[in-house]
Amino acid sequence: MNTLGELRNPAGPAQLGVNRRHFFGRSATGIGVAALSSLLARDGAAAIPDPRTGLPDVPHFAPRAKRVIYLFQNGAPTHTDIFDYKPRQRKMHGQPVPEEYIAGKRFSTMTKDPTGKLMLAPIEPFRQYGQCGAWLSDLMPYTASIADELCFIKSMHTEAVNHAPAISFFLSGAEIPGRPTLGAWLSYGLGIESENLPGFAVMTSISKKSTCGQIFYDFYWGSGFLPSRYQGVKFRGQGDPVLYLANPNGMSRPMRRGILDDIAAVNEMKLRESGDPEISTRIAQYEMAYRMQTSVPELTDLSQEPRSVLDMYGPDVKEQGTFAYNCLMARRLIERGSRYVQLMHAGWDQHNSISTELYNQCRDTDQPSMALVKDLKARGLLDDTLVIWGGEFGRTPFIQGDINNRPRWGRDHHPYAFTVWMAGGGVKPGISYGASDDLGMNAIEDKVHVHDFQATLMHLLGINHEQLTYKFQGRHFRLTDIHGRVVRKILA
Amino acid sequence: MNHPRLMTLLLATLVSPVGASAEVDFSREILPVLSDNCFQCHGPDPKSRKGELRLDDEADAKRDRGGHAVVVAGKSGESELIKRLLTHDPDDLMPPPELGKKIPADVIVRIRRWIDEGAQWGVHWALTPIERPDLAVAAGHPIDGYISTRLVKEGLAPQPRASRETLIRRLHQDLTGLPPTPAEVDGFLADKRPDAWRRLVRRVMGKAAFGERMAWDWLDASRYADSNGYQGDMERTMWPWRDWVVKAFNENLPWDQFTIWQLAGDLLPNATFEQRLATGFNRNHMINGEGGRIAEENRVDYVMDMTETMGTIWLGLTFNCSRCHDHKFDPIKQRDYYSLSAFFNQTPVSGAGRSPQTAPVLKAPTPKEKQAMAGLNAKIAELNKRSADQVRKLAKAQAQWEKEFLAHNDKPASWEVLNPLTARATVQSLAIQQDSSVLVSGKKADNDTYTVVAKAGGKRVTGFRLEALKHKSLFQGSTSRSGSGNFVLTGFEVRVGDAKGETLKFASAKATFEQGGLKVKGAIDADPQTGWAVWDGRVVDREHAAVFGLAEPADLAPDSQLTITLRHDSKHKEHLLGCFRLSLTTDEKPVLTEGSGKLLAALKVPRAKRTKDQADLVATEHRSRDRDYRMIREKIDLAKGRLSKIDKGVARVMVMEDLEKPRETFILSRGIYNKPGGPVTAAVPVSLPAMPPGAPTNRVGLARWLTAKDNPLTARVTVNRFWQMIFGVGIVKTPGDFGVQGEFPKHPELLDWLAAEFVESGWDVKHLLELILTSEAYQRSSTTTPELQERDPANRLLARGARFRMPSWMIRDQALAASGLLNDRIGGAPVNGYQPAGIWEEATFGKKKYVQDAGDKLYRRSLYIFWRRIVGPTMFFDSAARQICEVKTPRTNTPLHALATMNDVTYVEASRALAERIMRETGGDAAAAGRLRRAYRLVLARAPAAAETAVWLKGLARARKQFAADKQAAAEFLQVGESRRDESLDPVEHAAWSAVCLGILNLDEALNKE
Repeated sequence: MNTLGELRNPAGPAQLGVNRRHFFGRSATGIGVAALSSLLARDGAAAIPDPRTGLPDVPHFAPRAKRVIYLFQNGAPTHTDIFDYKPRQRKMHGQPVPEEYIAGKRFSTMTKDPTGKLMLAPIEPFRQYGQCGAWLSDLMPYTASIADELCFIKSMHTEAVNHAPAISFFLSGAEIPGRPTLGAWLSYGLGIESENLPGFAVMTSISKKSTCGQIFYDFYWGSGFLPSRYQGVKFRGQGDPVLYLANPNGMSRPMRRGILDDIAAVNEMKLRESGDPEISTRIAQYEMAYRMQTSVPELTDLSQEPRSVLDMYGPDVKEQGTFAYNCLMARRLIERGSRYVQLMHAGWDQHNSISTELYNQCRDTDQPSMALVKDLKARGLLDDTLVIWGGEFGRTPFIQGDINNRPRWGRDHHPYAFTVWMAGGGVKPGISYGASDDLGMNAIEDKVHVHDFQATLMHLLGINHEQLTYKFQGRHFRLTDIHGRVVRKILA
Repeated sequence: MNHPRLMTLLLATLVSPVGASAEVDFSREILPVLSDNCFQCHGPDPKSRKGELRLDDEADAKRDRGGHAVVVAGKSGESELIKRLLTHDPDDLMPPPELGKKIPADVIVRIRRWIDEGAQWGVHWALTPIERPDLAVAAGHPIDGYISTRLVKEGLAPQPRASRETLIRRLHQDLTGLPPTPAEVDGFLADKRPDAWRRLVRRVMGKAAFGERMAWDWLDASRYADSNGYQGDMERTMWPWRDWVVKAFNENLPWDQFTIWQLAGDLLPNATFEQRLATGFNRNHMINGEGGRIAEENRVDYVMDMTETMGTIWLGLTFNCSRCHDHKFDPIKQRDYYSLSAFFNQTPVSGAGRSPQTAPVLKAPTPKEKQAMAGLNAKIAELNKRSADQVRKLAKAQAQWEKEFLAHNDKPASWEVLNPLTARATVQSLAIQQDSSVLVSGKKADNDTYTVVAKAGGKRVTGFRLEALKHKSLFQGSTSRSGSGNFVLTGFEVRVGDAKGETLKFASAKATFEQGGLKVKGAIDADPQTGWAVWDGRVVDREHAAVFGLAEPADLAPDSQLTITLRHDSKHKEHLLGCFRLSLTTDEKPVLTEGSGKLLAALKVPRAKRTKDQADLVATEHRSRDRDYRMIREKIDLAKGRLSKIDKGVARVMVMEDLEKPRETFILSRGIYNKPGGPVTAAVPVSLPAMPPGAPTNRVGLARWLTAKDNPLTARVTVNRFWQMIFGVGIVKTPGDFGVQGEFPKHPELLDWLAAEFVESGWDVKHLLELILTSEAYQRSSTTTPELQERDPANRLLARGARFRMPSWMIRDQALAASGLLNDRIGGAPVNGYQPAGIWEEATFGKKKYVQDAGDKLYRRSLYIFWRRIVGPTMFFDSAARQICEVKTPRTNTPLHALATMNDVTYVEASRALAERIMRETGGDAAAAGRLRRAYRLVLARAPAAAETAVWLKGLARARKQFAADKQAAAEFLQVGESRRDESLDPVEHAAWSAVCLGILNLDEALNKE
């Protein structure tokens, strides 16, 4: 495993010499910290911490996880087809959904009134796996093989019934865009460990051939009213992984170095004349940009990855913009100091493609998700890295569409029960927590609300979710709004 | 005095100099503390109130609670408030320890002092009437009078005036967002008149670019974008509204009018086009077209967005807090929120659908479109006149025509209609109708063949007739399903018996009308491509017929069947008969008569006795046979078509209108659209001055109330935003929150003075700006000192000039202007500039394709860059997201920003153009220092110092060496960007200078306002 120390200067000693010259004898780290602190101290805003170390009192207690990789499944995977096995759902196939399960509940306008909708059996058989005996669908054979590493929460429930509000709710605690997202909160509270790579990185992918993708809005990784430096940095699925990373055509790296030295020299003069500490921030900013220009290509260079590792992630692993590639990149990012990596995979919105596209989505995500967990474990990173897999809500155990038209079978949005799994980072492996009713319709046992989930996640990172707040428009905001309780039973 | 904590406090009082002389100011020093620490549970919101105590209400705080009171005026020792702040009992201590809030000791001392001084209650400062304070402290500028006094009090020495170069650049950036030209700099340096600065301020404010600069911040606040946002993110055409904003600033439309027009222009008497256009402001909100969304939920969202945007921009209050409950800090009740929303709840918008041009809309044609449409309308009018003339002319000839037509067509017709047994088409569906005609429907086809079988026995047949009939199910009620109503019949065959039977031979064919070379004979000749068509210049609106004469009469055996085949094999797609009827005759010489039975019947009625329908029919039939008339109608149709095409392209701006019958508004429980509580009517918040009696309770009333003299907020909030624009931080640094939780103004008297001046000047924006810009405070050098840095790091006291990074859009505009690439065209549809490939595609799964514009559109000002809401232009950073109202944009520095200004095509190309410009505008090779001076003048307005020149000349030499060693690299570097370079320049030299210019454009000073 690479150490962070090595990675700070990926280009090696020769490059370091150049940096030193540029910094007029000061250490690169030194000026960066000083400059950034001064930047953030503007307006005398004492509440804004040094971005590298975060808030002084955070973590509030010893964390169980230091990093998070969130494999967000955008569009809402169908819980009863994949994770939440309900034999009665199969038995009732083709019969109307019992009234007592749906009374008074609101569904999307596509379903409107669920009365009389027919039950649709799980599309593939389920089997039990591992020591823990978790039931999993044949759709997810690779995930099934690591069942003993996973903690399934089967009693998730949420409030929103449409994608954008529901995703926003999961990631920022509010349905309306504009609040800081989880990654921004973590960067704000815990600091940004890496200097050369973003502390909060985002990568998106969509299943091939998918026709039911939901747009990735940038407020899914926004910083809301937190300073914008805490917003997620989106790694792109094509071209430069980071926008404007590459030097323009014809500009070599030595030439860029030379120009940066010239800019810095003139900026130093300006600093002496003007005295504005912002100018040293500027110098550090340009230096960090230069370093990012090497650290990002190093990050995405897979040539040193062993064949066996690449194979484990599956055939798409080398293709930029695939879920498999992003999973591997997530591991490489956290190895290099990123704290929170948010993968978003679209294509789960199967209103009329349960019998078709669901297979693609499972195929695209199953193997890489398994590989990531195993890879982290093999490197000793799983103990303090939390991996999460799940969507913004579930899908109706009853059908959307015509029961006689199998190719167009679908399921609508369903906020009342769904499943997510977690692995590593201080959660109990090989357990299932909570339960939905015998049709997978409503969470009934040990219910976990989205705010509870968020509180638990923060707890694992050593944060009391009630104490990590930010004052905006006169109110102390937090990720969990005024709710949330830690689900202690899943803590290892 | 055995209370150790109190002891410490009293000690603190003795040594603390804080405001030792003046009385404690409730609004400034007490209210924010109570609000921060107590209002959550003891504030305006009854739902979260505890212990039946309101600390936001004087009477409640001071009332007798059975022998004690929370606040006893003049007696802090008896006040429960102080006891609770100081107690050691964690059960009694306030704020409760579990909240983690702690009031510092010196603040508790201040509260004590306030109580002892009489516990004078007051109103939150921002809600008090604006009274112009007397600022005539020193002679000269009122702002300086105030600021200087403050600096003297603080013991800070102001910095001297900045250099003229710095000042002119600063002024241009602030007022136009563009750097001054070298000529402008030289002109100002040479202007020795005492009022040179004021003249300059006025001149720059007169530039067209002024409106563009001012518009940017307004667009951020107005959440302007060129698409809807959300799933689908359809493109909208609100840009004529944006252009109106630019115009309004340039024409210095008084701010009260600016307000009234935008909020309620549509409701003004005899509203002008511009007044209605201005109301597009309200409709700039996002539109959610996500599948499964409930229309009413959307509609309520839009109304809330309009309400909150107004609340933030004019009142500086955070209304969104009151969607679900009474405001926790400010005196805004949930009822106030919904009463205010009732003003906006009256539009006919239903929330359904995702149209980016959801009615009500206003068409806003460009001058070019207007001109083209006027031309076409004139032409149509002229043609209509010619058409009428022709109709009159024809009327005179009608009697003669009637006679001839009857003579020719009113012959004993011995046509016998064939009753089909079956009728089939290869692709489409055929249906036999009651009148024996055959109607086509079903799947559409490019080509098709119809086969009709009919009984026709025991006759000696001489010919067949095919009638092409009109039907309402066909295109515009014509004779075919094609887009012209036309058909091309390429084959007409009759067999005796089944499809294998003997084919009858035709000798002649005649039709009521033939389209040019598409003759009816083509249907019976050997060529399968040729055929009969009837287009006469417009959608076919007449019925037609063709008669096919047999070479030899055919004797049909009794009970024999005929199989008739109609072929359509021409290259014209979908040109297929839509409705037809077949007949046969035994006449020796089959004649083709035209005109329906209806027409012939009408013709036989004497003119005076015809019904109106009959008269119309005859006249129409007559005209349709006149070539001149048809030509005129054709031209009219053509012109109308072009007109409609232009009209479809005209931008439609979503604007405001109110329903005739007012919509009821309800308090929504927890802000949820379908949880209505009690009804409310349109009203302004009760804690603010009331609307004048008799004022209309609609948006006009609201807008007039906002700009009324006694509105305490609008002028303060507006002046503060302009101050923020110029100095980087407002006098109140929370421009969107003038509530109790917002910042207390750093210079309250100055804010009020400016607000009063603004109102009394007739809401004159240029006057206000001139006032600020002519102050010494504005003109100071931004050089700082360790003392200033220590004492006033954020420069709120203005002992030095403001120095901060320009917004990213302005950095781009500067690069374009300095390099000479800038296209300074004003207004019009948005453009797509340079953007790395795949940004839209990746965000929308390929549904939105980014098509970069070309040519001089690439160099238009940032204001005109297309703003896709779900993924904003990548060339801008730290900008408002344009999703909801934003009145303060962030200013941060991340490596990503540096990457953008170093590597984005825009900047690399601008460097190349800048290099070319300085090489062209200064002398030969020896003039390197001169070129550098020029570049500095263009970008920074000043000359480089010797040390700077040394750095860059060394850098130039290095780059020259590097490019000379790799000429390919030089060529590639020079190819970045679409503009063409001057090929006569030496590539290595040009590239080296470009590299230097890229460095200059990335200097801290270049990115900053100095």
